[in-house]
Amino acid sequence: MAAPAARPGAAADRLASLALPAGGAWATEARRAARQRLLEMGLPGRRDEYWRWTDPSTLTAAEPPRAATFDPREPMPFEAVDRVKLVFADGVFDAAASGAPAAAGVEIERLAEAAARDIHWARDLYGRLEAAGQTPVPRPLAALNTATAADGILIRATGRVAKPVALAYLHRSETSDAVLHHVIRVEPGAELTVLESGPAAARCNMGMEVEVADGGVFHHVRVQGRDHERRAATHIFARLGRGARLKSFTLTKNGVLTRNEAVIELAGDGAVAHVAGASLGDGTFHHDDTVFITHGAVGCESRQVFKKVLRNGATGVFQGKILVRPGAQQTDGYQISQALLLDEASQFLAKPELEIYADDVKCSHGSTSGAIDETALFYLRARGLPRAEATDLLVLAFVAEALDEIEDEGLREEIRVRLEGWLARHRR
Amino acid sequence: MDAGIREGVDRETVEAVQSMGRYKYGWETDIETEYAPRGLSEDIVRLISEKNGEPGWMTDWRLEAYRRWLRMEEPTWAMVRYPKIDYQDQFYYAKPKSLAAKPKSLDEVDPKLLATYEKLGIPLREQMILAGVEGAGDAPAEARRVAVDAVFDSVSVGTTFKEELKKAGVIFCAISEAIRDYPDLVRQYLGSVVPQSDNFFATLNSAVFSDGSFVYVPPGVRCPMELSTYFRINAENTGQFERTLIIADRGAYVSYLEGCTAPRRETHQLHAAVVELVALEDAEIKYSTVQNWYPGDEEGRGGIYNFVTKRADCRGDRSKVMWTQVETGSAITGKYPSCILRGNESQGEFYSIAIANNFQQADTGTKMVHLGRNTRSRIVSKGISAGRAQNTYRGLVSIHPRATGSRNYTQCDSLLIGDRCGAHTVPYIEVKNSSSRVEHEATTSKVDEDQLFYCRQRGMDEEEAVALVVNGFCKEVLQALPMEFAMEAQSLVAISLEGSVG
Repeated sequence: MAAPAARPGAAADRLASLALPAGGAWATEARRAARQRLLEMGLPGRRDEYWRWTDPSTLTAAEPPRAATFDPREPMPFEAVDRVKLVFADGVFDAAASGAPAAAGVEIERLAEAAARDIHWARDLYGRLEAAGQTPVPRPLAALNTATAADGILIRATGRVAKPVALAYLHRSETSDAVLHHVIRVEPGAELTVLESGPAAARCNMGMEVEVADGGVFHHVRVQGRDHERRAATHIFARLGRGARLKSFTLTKNGVLTRNEAVIELAGDGAVAHVAGASLGDGTFHHDDTVFITHGAVGCESRQVFKKVLRNGATGVFQGKILVRPGAQQTDGYQISQALLLDEASQFLAKPELEIYADDVKCSHGSTSGAIDETALFYLRARGLPRAEATDLLVLAFVAEALDEIEDEGLREEIRVRLEGWLARHRR
Repeated sequence: MDAGIREGVDRETVEAVQSMGRYKYGWETDIETEYAPRGLSEDIVRLISEKNGEPGWMTDWRLEAYRRWLRMEEPTWAMVRYPKIDYQDQFYYAKPKSLAAKPKSLDEVDPKLLATYEKLGIPLREQMILAGVEGAGDAPAEARRVAVDAVFDSVSVGTTFKEELKKAGVIFCAISEAIRDYPDLVRQYLGSVVPQSDNFFATLNSAVFSDGSFVYVPPGVRCPMELSTYFRINAENTGQFERTLIIADRGAYVSYLEGCTAPRRETHQLHAAVVELVALEDAEIKYSTVQNWYPGDEEGRGGIYNFVTKRADCRGDRSKVMWTQVETGSAITGKYPSCILRGNESQGEFYSIAIANNFQQADTGTKMVHLGRNTRSRIVSKGISAGRAQNTYRGLVSIHPRATGSRNYTQCDSLLIGDRCGAHTVPYIEVKNSSSRVEHEATTSKVDEDQLFYCRQRGMDEEEAVALVVNGFCKEVLQALPMEFAMEAQSLVAISLEGSVG
């Protein structure tokens, strides 16, 4: 790894005295290794090329900036879905608000409880996928997460799990700093859906490691909270076996700072990964999608679809990369990042990258940025639609391609309704 | 008409593939050369300045750059790997001894030098036209004339059509002459586009550049002929550092071509040039390059390290700059011809074909910086990788908040021939207002089997078929080249890929 030595200064001192959660057996080992990685990498700074467009200082500071709590006056997402509900408030597990952690075909445990045991399946994954995802680009916040997360959920799907596992994150304290680390293993041929929702805390650092074994299927739908002042850094590290499938979709509305990273390795032949996102920002909104997909086997398919709707000075960032390793023939890679800028003050910054070492590949990427198409708007208005409604309709059409990545119709519909709600609230 | 003549590939291309050796320009001119002492120091910088008979301000400018360079670090962000360059283990100035006294006219130039250019197909006599152009068009020779500035190692050998250009008011000469004869123009514009300490290699160039070309086209003048500079590296262990400055004043137009070659050698040689273009109001500059430095052999031995800074400043409203490049040579290339679109409604275009074969590594692209209102840019880049080569497109499109109503279209396509090469795309896109539209598209694919099969069915062998498909792939860029270069470029595309099939 070409990581610089830890930089001197307050951040380095803080890292040197970084306390690890107590009471772990196998987890302590993994946490120590992660702390060591972090010491070698140092925390990210504005001068790092990977943070060119997103200032990490509030994510790396010792204390999170204060963030007011917010009552969205609408039900939490996925309330209507028959699910296994697990609740964290400000990063702390809320047993009273959670349902029974059980469903057919799945084992669900808390990291805080499983970490102390001598033998556990998660031992072979915890921190391992994160460590593998540190090359070629270091991701210090993910190492920080592995080292310091005291809790999280461990899910092992052994069959087709009918009920989604829904993780709900509540934000109650203005100064909360949540660090959670989930580990998910989808056994061969099994199928699992994980839902995530809510603002989590004033600042959250969320890590998720996912192993999808041969023929397994993993669905992930996430709705990040609407709190205006919240900050979040999230990482998904996934490894897919032969014929495995992963589909991840994230809806982000508001939030002063969000950096969502997805690091996915297609390790088995014929694996498929689709990562999509729609983000909507009004005013002080900075949203960063950073995706790194590695094709390491033959005949794999990947899709990245990211749509951003920005207004009143909001900023959208996309850093997407497809890496095709030597020998990863018959690769099909697709990437699209698009921004709709609803006024002159907003901005879109993108770096859609390809790095290809095999010749029998089909890789393409596209990136566009622009305003609402006036001709389309005129067409709709000529048919009697008021300007605001016509605009909303065009915005919905713009993000539709990302929404289509959600396979479940019910979930897709719920996301669409939430999107419409946001648009209705954020008209000029 | 046989199959080879259709779809943008003519008989010449096919013949070129069949008849030519790998690198056509790998021979050396046996000529006595005068060197500056090996290595780099303030004394060497002063010596170069003195050799060029420069005024004090120029010497100081160079020294200032040299001192800045000492504190700079060689960049490592490009996707190219090469052993560390020892900047003390090479010569920074080499000049044929026969040029000790500056020849008054081309008739006085050492016949060996003239023969060199003749062999390269570069016309140094005014009645000649560029090789390969005869019979290419029905246009009379008169209309296809090209003025040439020939640079051999560190010095300019001579410039043709100078007098005739002067009648039109156009200044075209070696930059060393311009510093003496037109100091005001040089002082006004030199370093105004690529500042003295812009980047590591440009700073080195500012300190040690020995020659290059200078062009000034006065207001309202359309330059009566194409201008061109031909760079030849001949001396061993010598770096070439040329500096080109082109100024198109209000409403002027100029088309400039640049070509280059070097002998086949086992050791690497450094080439670090700086090109500055200034386009004032309503001016237009067309800059075309066929970069054919020695690429190294099939084992990756030898070849030129080509680290070049090229930038255009579209300073005036409605000015326009068009970069076209065909990059087939050099072992390592790091080159990003850019446009600063400062004037309102100014335009920048970049057309590029980059071919990397064997062990070549190319990291090339462009920067389009939109500062003025309603500015437009267009990028078309075609990268071809074969053998064990690595080919990277790296670019930046930046639309500043005040550059409202701007437009960019970028298309970068990569073609892979063989499974041991790499093709990479690293575009940066920054859009800071909503009235601008930016579109970026990129694809990577291999040579289409169906197309190859189609060609082979019609009796072409595999190399011909690949040459045909690749020429089709590059067509958009080839068409942007002036005719003098289009021919050469087309056959180069075929030659560079020779041996990559099978």
